[in-house]
Amino acid sequence: MKTIKLEIDGQQVETAGGTTILEAARKAGSDIPTVCYDKRLPPYGACRLCMVEIDKGGEKRLVASCAYEAEDGLVVRTETPRIVKIRKMILELLLAVSATGPLEALAKRYGLKESRFQGDQPKCLLCGLCVRYCAEIKKNNVTCFIGRGIGKEVVFQSDLSHSLCPVCRECIPLCPSGTLYSLYLKGYSGSPEPGSNKGL
Amino acid sequence: MSKLSSAAELKRFRQDVLSRRDPNKPCLSICLGTGCQACGGEKVYQAFAGEIRKQGLEAKVDIRRTGCHGFCERGPLVVIFPREICYLKVTPADVPEVVAKTLVEGKIVDRLLYTGEDGKKIVHEGDIPFYKHQSRIILGANRLVDPTRIEDYIALGGYSALARALFVMTPEEVLDEVKKSGLRGRGGAGFPTGVKWETTRNAPGEPKYVIVNADEGDPGAYMNRSVLEGNPHSVIEGLIIGAYAIGARQGFIYVRQEYPLAVANLTVALEQAREMGLLGANILGSEFGFDVAIHRGAGAFVSGESSALITALEGRVGEPQINYIRPAISGLWGKPTNMNNVETWANVPAIINKSAAWFSGIGTRGSKGTKIFSLVGKVNNTGLVEVPMGATLRQVIFDIGGGVPGGKKFKAVQTGGPSGGCLPAASLDLPVDFEELERAGSMMGSGGMIVMDEDTCMVDTARYFINFLSEESCGKCVPCREGLKQMLLIYNNICAGKGREGDIELLREIAEVMAEASLCALGTTAANPPLSTIKYFRNEYEAHIREKRCPAGVCKDLIRYYIVPEKCQACLLCAKSCPAGAISGDKGLVHVIDQSKCTKCGACLEACPSRFGAVTKISGKPAPAPVPAGTRVQKRK
Repeated sequence: MKTIKLEIDGQQVETAGGTTILEAARKAGSDIPTVCYDKRLPPYGACRLCMVEIDKGGEKRLVASCAYEAEDGLVVRTETPRIVKIRKMILELLLAVSATGPLEALAKRYGLKESRFQGDQPKCLLCGLCVRYCAEIKKNNVTCFIGRGIGKEVVFQSDLSHSLCPVCRECIPLCPSGTLYSLYLKGYSGSPEPGSNKGL
Repeated sequence: MSKLSSAAELKRFRQDVLSRRDPNKPCLSICLGTGCQACGGEKVYQAFAGEIRKQGLEAKVDIRRTGCHGFCERGPLVVIFPREICYLKVTPADVPEVVAKTLVEGKIVDRLLYTGEDGKKIVHEGDIPFYKHQSRIILGANRLVDPTRIEDYIALGGYSALARALFVMTPEEVLDEVKKSGLRGRGGAGFPTGVKWETTRNAPGEPKYVIVNADEGDPGAYMNRSVLEGNPHSVIEGLIIGAYAIGARQGFIYVRQEYPLAVANLTVALEQAREMGLLGANILGSEFGFDVAIHRGAGAFVSGESSALITALEGRVGEPQINYIRPAISGLWGKPTNMNNVETWANVPAIINKSAAWFSGIGTRGSKGTKIFSLVGKVNNTGLVEVPMGATLRQVIFDIGGGVPGGKKFKAVQTGGPSGGCLPAASLDLPVDFEELERAGSMMGSGGMIVMDEDTCMVDTARYFINFLSEESCGKCVPCREGLKQMLLIYNNICAGKGREGDIELLREIAEVMAEASLCALGTTAANPPLSTIKYFRNEYEAHIREKRCPAGVCKDLIRYYIVPEKCQACLLCAKSCPAGAISGDKGLVHVIDQSKCTKCGACLEACPSRFGAVTKISGKPAPAPVPAGTRVQKRK
C-alpha cells in the first residue's frame, strides 16, 4: 500500500493509501467530532460534524472527513473559525432533537449553553447507526428508515424483530441520542411492535 | 419498417419520405402536449379527424398529432402548414368553420388568431410576439413531428448527425466538437458537457454507461417533459452520439413515473429506433452497438441529484451518497458513468450537424446556445420559452411573456426551481446565464421561471419553497433536514404574526450553514429562497415581524376583511358568497363581517363588484368596529 504524506493542523502526517482524513487526523491527535461515524461501517456523511477545510494546491473546499480519502500534499485544517461556526449550528440543531450523552459533551466543548431551537426531546437523531449496523454487520435488516425530509423516521420494520432483537440488542449502545436505551429502560423487551417507532 | 444498414440507406429513406410528401398539401399540426390535452386538445383533434372524414378531405389534408408547441396559455393550439396559420384556444365547435373556411376556401378565421397590442390580428405563428423573440433550436421541431412516427423526425434530418458521427468522425472528434461548442449541463450545475464526456471516456473500467436525467421535479417546470413527449428522438439521437464518443454500450433514461405520456412516447421511439437499426448491434451498419432502457422513477424530487439517481437506478432508495469520486470515474455499479439532462442531450445532434462554431456563436461568453425556460406564474403568456443564453429577464418576461396580467406591478421572478432565488424588478436587465444568475443570488437550475406580481407575499413565497424542500429533502444530513425543519417553524411563526426580533438573522445563520455543510445540492441550494428574499425584500419580513402586517395581504393570520360602510350598496352579493356565514346584512342594510367567524377566504372581496369596491383587506391593524345598528341603513347613492 502506498504511503500518503499530508499536512493536518500544521503537522506532517504519513498514512496508508485509502485512509480517510478523519482516520488520519484522529491518529495524529486532531479530535474531529462525529455522530454518525462508526469505523466498522462505510462512511455515511450525514451528521456533517466531521467537516474540515482542505487545500489542494490552492483550491480550498469543505469536505466531510469521514469520506474523503487522504491525498498527497493535501493541507487539512480541522478546526478553523468557519468549521467551528458550522459545528456550532449543527450541534444547536441537534440539541433541539436530543440533548443527551455525547451531544452534551460536544455542546460544552463548543461553548453552547442552550439551543435557540425547539423540539420534542429526546428524539432519534437519524444518524442511521442502528439501521446500518443491523443491515451491514448483523445482516438482519430489522430496523430501517421510512419517509423522507422532516418526516423521516427509524422503525423496527419486520416480524423478525420478535425473534432477533431479544438475543442481539447490539444497536442499543450505538445510539447517540439515547432513544434506544430509554426504550430499553422503559421495559423494552427487545421486541417493539413491528412497524412502530413508539419511543424512538 | 426495415433495418437501415448504412448512412446511404438512411439518406435514401429520408428522400423517400420527402418524395411522398407534397409541400403544398395543408397539414394541421395539433398540439397534444400535456398542457393542451388538459384544456381539451384531444377533443379538438377528434373533431378535426371527424370533420375531415365527413367532408371527404382525407386525401387532401394531413393531420399531425404533436407535442408541446410552447404557447400553453392559449391552448389548444393548431398550426396549419404550409402557410403556418396559427389558431389559438381552438374548441371542437370551431372545427367545422376552420375546415370549411381555411382548409377548403383558403380563408382565415379571424377570431381564432392572436390579437396584437395594436388590435391587429396576427396570422403566422412566427409573427406572434411570444414566438418572434425566441430561438427555438430544440423546441421548434415539436410542431413539425409526430413523436410516434420516426419518419417525421428523419424527414427533418433526424439521425443524420448520428450518421455523420459514426461514419465521418472518430469518437475523439465528436468529443472534441462537443467540447469546443461550449455546451454546459442544462440540469442546473452547468458543468462543461465535453469535459464530463472526456473524463468518462478516459476513466478505466468497463462497461461504461450513459444516462438521461429526466427526473424533472421542480414545481411549475415542464421543459424536459415537453421535449421527451414532443421529440423523443432528439434526446435518443444525442444519447447515441454521446455513447459513441464515450465508448458506452448501454444507456438509461431515468424518467418520472408521473410523466406517462413521456414514458409512452419514449417507449415507442425506442422500439422504432431499434426496428430501424438505429439502436442495437451494428448501428446503421457500423461497428458500433448501443441500446437504451427506460427506468421509471418512483416520484422523489431528490432523485434528480446525480448520486441519488444512480442509487435509485441500482434498485436502492434514491438518496444522495457521500462520495468524493465523480460518477464519471465510478458511477452506476461502480463503473464510469456519464449523466446529462434531457435538454443537454437534445442539443448534441444540432451541434454535430451545424458545428461547434455555430453553437458557440449563440449565447454569452461563458454560456453558449439556448436555454428553455418554463415561464409560469403571474405572466400573460404562460408557456415554454427558448431563448439564447444572455437574453435579459425583461425580454423573457415582458417581450415574450407579455408582462404581468391585470395591470398589476411586477414584483419578483424566481428562477432555478424551488431552491432558486427570487430576483426583484431591479434585476430585470440581468442577462440570463449561469454566472449572472448565481451572482445575483439565484441560479439557472433546470429552467424554472416563476413570475410574481405585487399581490405576492415574499415571506410566504419563501415559506412555500422551504415547505416543499422540507418534504422533498431525503432527510439524511443534519443541516438540510434539521435546518429546513427549524426554518419552516420560523417561517410559520412569521406568517402567523408570531415572528420575533432576530428571526431574520437566525434564518440567515441557518441558511449560511446549510449552504456550506449540506451533503448534496438540494441542501446547499435550499438556502437560496430565504437568503434572496431577505436580501431583496427585507422590508416585508420586518413588516411581518414588527408591525404584524403582511404588505401584500396574503398571510391569513395578518389580514382582516372589512366592508367600508360608506361604499356598501347592500347588494347581498358578498353575503351570499361567504361560505362561513360570517356576513350579516339585508337589502338596504349595510353588510358587516363577523371577524370571529371569518375564515379569510377572500370570496367576499371577489364577489363585491369592482365599481363598489366596498370589501377591503386590512393588514397590520384591527378592523374598525362595525357600524352601530341604528346607522346601518344604507343610503343608496
